[in-house]
Amino acid sequence: MNYVDRMQKVAVLGAAGKMGSGILLLNAIEVADLSLLPENKGKTFVVYAIDVSEEALSGLIQYVRTQVLKAAEKKINWLREIYKERADLIENGQIIEEYINHVMSIIRPSILIESAYHANCIFEAIKEDPDLKVSIFKRINQNNSNQPWFFTNTSSIPIQFLNEKAELNGRIIGYHFYNPPAVQKLVELIEAKNTLPELKAFSLELAKKLNKIIVESNDVVGFIGNGHFMRDIIHAASEVERLKSQYGFVEAIYMINKVSQEYLVRPMGIFQLIDYVGIDVCSYIMSVMNQYLPQDQIVCPLLNEMLSLGIKGGQYADGSQKDGFLKYEKGKIIAIFDINTKQYVSIEQIQNKADAILGEKPTNIIAWKAVVGMKDKDVVLQNYFNELQKMNTLGAELAKAYGSRSKAIGKYLVSSGVAKTEEDVNKVLMTGFFHAYGPINNYFV
Amino acid sequence: MKTLRKKVYITAGYNTISLGTGRKEFNPKKPRPGLEEYISEAGRGVIQQIPDASLIDEAVISNFQASRYNNQANLAAFIPFIDEKLRYIPVTRVEGACGSGGMAIATAARSILAETADIVLVIGVEVQNTVKAVYGADILAGAGWYKERKNGHAHFFPGQFSNRAGKYYEKYGREQTRKAMARWFKQAIENARLCPTAQEYHNTMPDPEAVAMVEPNAKVFLENITVYDCSKVSDGASALIVCSEEGLKKLQKSFNEAVEIVGIGQAMEDITKPPLDPTQLDTTKVAVQRALQMARISIHDIATIECHDCFSIAAIMAIEAMGLAPYGQGSAFVLEGNTARNGKIPFNTTGGLIGWGHPVGATGVHQAVTIWEQLTGKAGDAQINIPSDRPFGLTVNMGGDDKTLTSIVYKKL
Repeated sequence: MNYVDRMQKVAVLGAAGKMGSGILLLNAIEVADLSLLPENKGKTFVVYAIDVSEEALSGLIQYVRTQVLKAAEKKINWLREIYKERADLIENGQIIEEYINHVMSIIRPSILIESAYHANCIFEAIKEDPDLKVSIFKRINQNNSNQPWFFTNTSSIPIQFLNEKAELNGRIIGYHFYNPPAVQKLVELIEAKNTLPELKAFSLELAKKLNKIIVESNDVVGFIGNGHFMRDIIHAASEVERLKSQYGFVEAIYMINKVSQEYLVRPMGIFQLIDYVGIDVCSYIMSVMNQYLPQDQIVCPLLNEMLSLGIKGGQYADGSQKDGFLKYEKGKIIAIFDINTKQYVSIEQIQNKADAILGEKPTNIIAWKAVVGMKDKDVVLQNYFNELQKMNTLGAELAKAYGSRSKAIGKYLVSSGVAKTEEDVNKVLMTGFFHAYGPINNYFV
Repeated sequence: MKTLRKKVYITAGYNTISLGTGRKEFNPKKPRPGLEEYISEAGRGVIQQIPDASLIDEAVISNFQASRYNNQANLAAFIPFIDEKLRYIPVTRVEGACGSGGMAIATAARSILAETADIVLVIGVEVQNTVKAVYGADILAGAGWYKERKNGHAHFFPGQFSNRAGKYYEKYGREQTRKAMARWFKQAIENARLCPTAQEYHNTMPDPEAVAMVEPNAKVFLENITVYDCSKVSDGASALIVCSEEGLKKLQKSFNEAVEIVGIGQAMEDITKPPLDPTQLDTTKVAVQRALQMARISIHDIATIECHDCFSIAAIMAIEAMGLAPYGQGSAFVLEGNTARNGKIPFNTTGGLIGWGHPVGATGVHQAVTIWEQLTGKAGDAQINIPSDRPFGLTVNMGGDDKTLTSIVYKKL
């Protein structure tokens, strides 16, 4: 079965979820584009969008329609070429409308898992629950006569575990998109012990067609992305623990969040990122990782404490941010949760005091947004970090410790066999987390 | 060639800003003024310069595609919306694609010549930012023959002029032409920075000429031209008064507040036919010659020109069509600095279509307002010197792909 034949029947499990909807969108567009090529005329293409929630599936259709519209507007030249024989389609507007209808006609929304029994490729983006994944894979595999290939979006569960337990004989690969999948360029690719070579080759071809960058990670729980992120969280939480007795909990969260964003020139502070991903999701990933790597102590009591108070973060269906460590208004941070009083404290109340404690800001500090697109960003960053290294304000000390820890984590991911190279670690952080520079660098010792 | 049987003047010009990308106040996600607000602002801008709105006998309003951009036709009936004293006056709406504005002034002049009016209000308007560029391209394609749309580029008109540019490169050399196009962009931006209503007024590019030297890329846009070779999408309106000598008196305007229309050249070519030679603007040539003949002057008597640079290659071809440079030498003419604001014959002194903006149906009127400002010393920071032996200004307003032309010669009084 070649690439096109295999793409004729695709199923996405958890298609209405945060990750699943993006994975569905990417697949639906790729499949629709294949179906429009003259050489594929007469072939039937189908993408099954499977999810347990009818309501979420309705929302999914709206989401996909909006996104396909944007995609179509961008590739209007290609579409005009594809539809050149259609005399009835003259204007860009008509052609775009036709294309949207075509993509939508390929998608089969369903709440029935049985739809996946017909697919060749099964993309899974359901809850990060090993037993649930295994039982679903097993069921599909037993009822699907096409010897389907499984692409799991797990960010933490070892692929070999799923392979063995679901008895897939190497017809599975880790295909870990970053959030949101339609935008983020990175896909982490993880092979099980006996993943079929042709499945891997197909995965690489698909990534190319989807315009994604592949980084291969070894099959160690958490892989590269979460391997770094979870340990980064643990460092941040331990710093809060250290600072809170002297400066107060809210001030400590503020300071570490600020240092991890502004001083480290990252797109988000660490606590904002935890909220973005979801405190519950982070906690769950840690528990899975800790199960496989007990010696690494991947635990963070602070996250669990927040969860026990019902504070979860994550996002609403419309993509807006729920409150977590921080409280948001139109995307802006306006308050910080005080774990002692169980109330949010307005940023304004503590900002001046906390900034004074951090001390004078480095003069060469530059915002992530400004630096990330610069051609000579290495020079600009080197210049800034040189200054930072010479400073001894609390802010600078926290930043140096944070940057050094991040570097150590990166190196550990290579030495412990998670990542194949240091370059892969940097690539994941720069493309999957949008960092302006990789954790393994010369800026920090 | 006949001369005008009666003296015709323009006065009391007004431009709204040209709103679109580049202006600080432009935010595609926020509500913006609508068609009626632009018409009203421009109309009131003129009325404030005259003793009373009731002096206006007639009006002409020019617009290209409000019926599609704004779901609005019957624009003539917006004139009384400007001022209740304009209720019941005769109004004509004209449409000649991007050449609508010039057509409106010519139409107003005819009312003066026919002696049905002494004072005619002319307003040109277009509000284009209601749709994304990819759909705006469909609407603008209406300036071409609809049967050619199917095989045209997604961005239809840029596609047409990319093809013209390709032919021009082949015939006269690519390198020098590209350089001249980049120089044209630089001049457009630098002139626009001197005019507060210009779309590129806020432009801060340190070196626009270098920016515009980027290679065209068909994958991104078009084979032979880049976005820097194109005018932008704009919302805006321009207005002025066309009047007789009696009209000027009624308006209590002295001659130094007015300029005289001394030549009008209109010419139309068959929209269903491709250009005879894609490297030339033949209809432009006919219209300009006609206007100059009526004015009984030569192109070398002109002090400043507002030309229709919807695309930078169109400006280079227009220079040749006007007879300022032989065919193939338009790019050298630009590169020698002749069209710069301190050059032999300054072009588009407030930025033209590329720098000031191109609210399609308003452009021809905007060109006239700019010439009026320059010839009456009202151009502010953009003011150039008008030599006393060359007291003339010229506008060239083009609709479609060299199809619907109006060229007008104005004289300083």
